[in-house]
Amino acid sequence: MRLLPCGDRALLAEFATLEAALAAHARWSAEAPAGITELVPAARTVLVRLDPAALGLGAAEQWLAARAPTTTAALPAAGFVTLPVVYDGDDLAVVAEDWGCSPHAVVDRHAATDWLCAFIGFAPGFPYLVPEGAALPPVPRRATSRPQVPAGSVALAAEYCGVYPRPSPGGWQLIGRTDAVLWDADRASPALVTPGTRVRFAPVTS
Amino acid sequence: MSTVRVVDPGPLALVQDLGRPGLAALGVSASGAFDRAAHRLANRLVGNDESAAALECLLGGLRLALPAGTWFAVTGAWGDAALVNDGGYQRVEPHTAMRADTGAELHLGPVAHGLRSTLAVRGGLAVPVTLGSRSRDTLAALGPEPLRAGDVLPIGSEPQAPVPVADLVPVDPPTDGVVELGVRPGPRHDWFDAAAWSLLLTSEWITSARSDRTGVRLEGPALARASDLVGVELASEGMLRGSIQVSPDGAPTVLGPDHPVTGGYPVIAVVVDPALDRLAQLRPGQPVRLRLVAGRR
Repeated sequence: MRLLPCGDRALLAEFATLEAALAAHARWSAEAPAGITELVPAARTVLVRLDPAALGLGAAEQWLAARAPTTTAALPAAGFVTLPVVYDGDDLAVVAEDWGCSPHAVVDRHAATDWLCAFIGFAPGFPYLVPEGAALPPVPRRATSRPQVPAGSVALAAEYCGVYPRPSPGGWQLIGRTDAVLWDADRASPALVTPGTRVRFAPVTS
Repeated sequence: MSTVRVVDPGPLALVQDLGRPGLAALGVSASGAFDRAAHRLANRLVGNDESAAALECLLGGLRLALPAGTWFAVTGAWGDAALVNDGGYQRVEPHTAMRADTGAELHLGPVAHGLRSTLAVRGGLAVPVTLGSRSRDTLAALGPEPLRAGDVLPIGSEPQAPVPVADLVPVDPPTDGVVELGVRPGPRHDWFDAAAWSLLLTSEWITSARSDRTGVRLEGPALARASDLVGVELASEGMLRGSIQVSPDGAPTVLGPDHPVTGGYPVIAVVVDPALDRLAQLRPGQPVRLRLVAGRR
């Protein structure tokens, strides 16, 4: 773990792997003192927001360093969701070419994978899903992002699969779409998929 | 219940309170008033809790019909403002609690200093709460829609505290000249070449017209990456209000209250908390200097 400076009221903890970052997030969340106001997990990092009046940067560094997990732990389970997908994304052929297989094989591999929500980022309810078992080949982002990606688009980038909760610009490769509502601010639980949720994609025809 | 009616929202009028911090795990940013000090002051002037919902008006131009007896205060950016009714015209002073004795329209003229005015009414705006806040997050499209002509907004119940007696609140209008913002190193300051750090701190940056509540773009020299990191993708990581992201073309953007929770552009520096409110008042074309603030590291 490395602790990187991040202004006057935060630190950024960086890890070698996603699993290590998630393990640190889990441990720190359970034990955080009052001066740590929020922990934001991401792909290789945990952003630690502080109230410097309650916990100074130096004291926070010591606290975090003393509790850097040496082992990785499984995310606590947070439910299971099946998302019906019409696999007709505009970038399906691009992914197929990148993986050296047919578009049909991309669909088979994607739908056969057990996915786990590692964290939410980018936009409200946008899940970053990782395979629970064997990794799929990483997928490059598009060179230029689309100004408008439709809500429900199922997309790949790097080692992640994501689902766009609402229309937004986006640079991920689109492979399909779901009519599941990923985000509804008026729901008791606004995000359908939260960190720890297991996700399967079920192919359907339109 | 007492209400205010929007006659003309001007270029952009948003309901804001102090935001919805603590929801980054859902992908939700804190949002909230861009100029927090102006928001708190406007509420204090009319005896509200500092976190009550108020209006954040871009560039002035707002016309709002107030019922008789409404106390209100305008802070932040400043331009001519007046209370208008059938019989007359009363000048509205900045940073002062005023009462509309009869039903009247409050007119905010074009702003002359700064960019965003805060208008608080006694009782606060009792619009519906989304995820614990009445703030409009413009990027995530959460909270009340931007105001439109004809909108009617409920005023909350009378606060316990009286309207404080204050002859004069000594607050200067936002400056028209060079604005200095304190910064501290960001997590990826070492992704840039040696010249970039010095350019960041010595250049006179120009506030871009392509700025909003998501981020304030600064125009100036390109901040080049270290040669071994050109074209390297950064895994998305958590962002803060004040994080200075540098896009691949070398242009810095200071993130505002509606920033995305995570981002993939390296953050070279972070504007310190006491300077964040000044970001809200930067006018397009206004010069900005970034100064390294002492601290650990």
